Amino acid sequence: MNEALYARRKRLNALMFALTAVCAAVASGTLLAILGYIAWKGASSLSWDFLLHLPKPVGEKGGGIANSIVGSAKVVGLAGVMGVPVGVLAGVYLAEYGRGKFAFAVRYAADVMNGVPSIVVGLFAYALIVHPMKKFSALSGAVALAFIMIPIVLRNTEEFLRLVPGTIREAALALGVPRWKVTLMVILPTAGRGILTGALLALARVAGETAPLIFTAFGNRFADNGWLNPIATLPHTIYTYAISPYEDWHNQAWAAALILMAFVLLVNVTARVWLRPSSGTSH
Amino acid sequence: MTTTMDMRPMPLPAETTASKDAAEAKIAMSVRNLKAGYAGGAPVLKGVNLEIREKTVTAIIGPSGCGKSTLIRCLNRMHEAIPGATADGEILIGGRNALELDPVVLRRAVGMVFQRPNPFPTMSIAQNVAAGLTLNGVHDRAILAEAVEKSLRRAALWDEVKDKLDAPGVGLSGGQQQRLCIARALAVEPAILLLDEPCSALDPIATGRIEELLIQIKEQLTVVIVTHNMQQAARVSEYTVFMLMGEMVEYGLTRKMFTQPVDKRTEDYITGRFG
Ligand SMILES: Nc1ncnc2c1ncn2[C@@H]1O[C@H](COP(=O)(O)OP(=O)(O)O)[C@@H](O)[C@H]1O
Ligand SMILES: [Mg+2]
Repeated sequence: MNEALYARRKRLNALMFALTAVCAAVASGTLLAILGYIAWKGASSLSWDFLLHLPKPVGEKGGGIANSIVGSAKVVGLAGVMGVPVGVLAGVYLAEYGRGKFAFAVRYAADVMNGVPSIVVGLFAYALIVHPMKKFSALSGAVALAFIMIPIVLRNTEEFLRLVPGTIREAALALGVPRWKVTLMVILPTAGRGILTGALLALARVAGETAPLIFTAFGNRFADNGWLNPIATLPHTIYTYAISPYEDWHNQAWAAALILMAFVLLVNVTARVWLRPSSGTSH
Repeated sequence: MTTTMDMRPMPLPAETTASKDAAEAKIAMSVRNLKAGYAGGAPVLKGVNLEIREKTVTAIIGPSGCGKSTLIRCLNRMHEAIPGATADGEILIGGRNALELDPVVLRRAVGMVFQRPNPFPTMSIAQNVAAGLTLNGVHDRAILAEAVEKSLRRAALWDEVKDKLDAPGVGLSGGQQQRLCIARALAVEPAILLLDEPCSALDPIATGRIEELLIQIKEQLTVVIVTHNMQQAARVSEYTVFMLMGEMVEYGLTRKMFTQPVDKRTEDYITGRFG
């Protein structure tokens, strides 16, 4: 009908397409830029010595972040040991039995928890553990991270459990299997891949948290010393080094950031490849 | 697998011997004035009475929505797995009211196969068959292996899968999956097997295999099958129940019902005048 109108629509369409494409490029470009920049800045200070040695006394050049790597592994590992089972079982509760007011409250609380600033969670762990024990500790840091993990794992678990078809539950019930066994031994494993992926992503997420560790794990320049003492962690060491006045520490902060980033990326990619549905799973 | 339930047939009460065709068959299950419904809905079953004879195949037929699934799901109390579902009346099995038994125990004696094959997606063929045992605490490998082979043979699936027992159950064809589900139900050694339109998702050849195996297994146990397919009812069943709008309209020997139905509505349905 109207050639001019049609041409204008076509131009508008092309413009909108270009705009969305640019925004998409900005979004993904940011990740690449961050990765590239950290790799470029961090690579020069990276060496086996850096990974395997303890920090040198303040003022001396060199030294490594071995204690931070071990510390992060311990704190994040313990957080997972505490947070994943609680999150998974709470998710099971919501998916399988969650109809009443209590379930609504739990679901709502989890969603609010997801939005609570992590430094506030750190303060809470401080009040809960550090203050009564009068001591910063790996334990308190792990508890803070576990609190952050629980609502993430919980909601993810609930969602994946809800994806399990009702016919699977019926099949198990019809075999004369008690309900709780059906839930834990049939439904949960059927959703297992998704739940595990979610747990891994939650671990990767808290592995990079700094704020909740400032007044819980606190940091430490010496070798790891049990669960009840202050402990060094990667994000916290990066923070300490980055705000220090020393050029050498700045370089080490970049290298530590590269390590942390590599770890988080590795877990993310692993989790997402894993999530890809394999034969027969009904996600 | 032991159940605490006494599965001996209950003595035939005088008033139920009225049907002379069935006088010789023992009764496995006797449904009396069964009413059932769903949350907030009108009643679906409005007082159903019927008897299921031991070691026979009983077919339940009727137009879609008349309550066939609801009825069969009441028999092993899968009905109440639906939130808000209600069931009232008597389902006598071994002299006791199934509606008052522990549903978990009842379901071991009264197995069920569903409309769509539903093997457990995380389990292998063998694990699927053994699931009813392993989930209830049987872990002896020899016992499990024996139960798997026996059940797969009874379900006429052994020859097709014996070389790939560790392959995923969901990798089988639809018809094989349904026979796998039958094997899984049989492994628990139920006295009664319920099947709710087990062939509605299958092609004629797969359907034929299942019909053959049902005729085989009724030597050892009681079979109740819901079907929308009257030829299927005629092929596999000795007894037929015709349901209409939540009521049992006619019940009797299949060959009699299909040749000389008593009720006009049965005749109309069978001759395809409605439904
Ligand atoms: N889960 C349910 N919730 C509410 N109503 C239901 C449910 N399942 C079945 N019904 C209703 O019960 C009636 C009988 O259904 P059903 O027993 O499935 O019939 P059939 O198997 O004979 O087709 C239908 O009117 C249907 O709408
Ligand atoms: Mg039905």
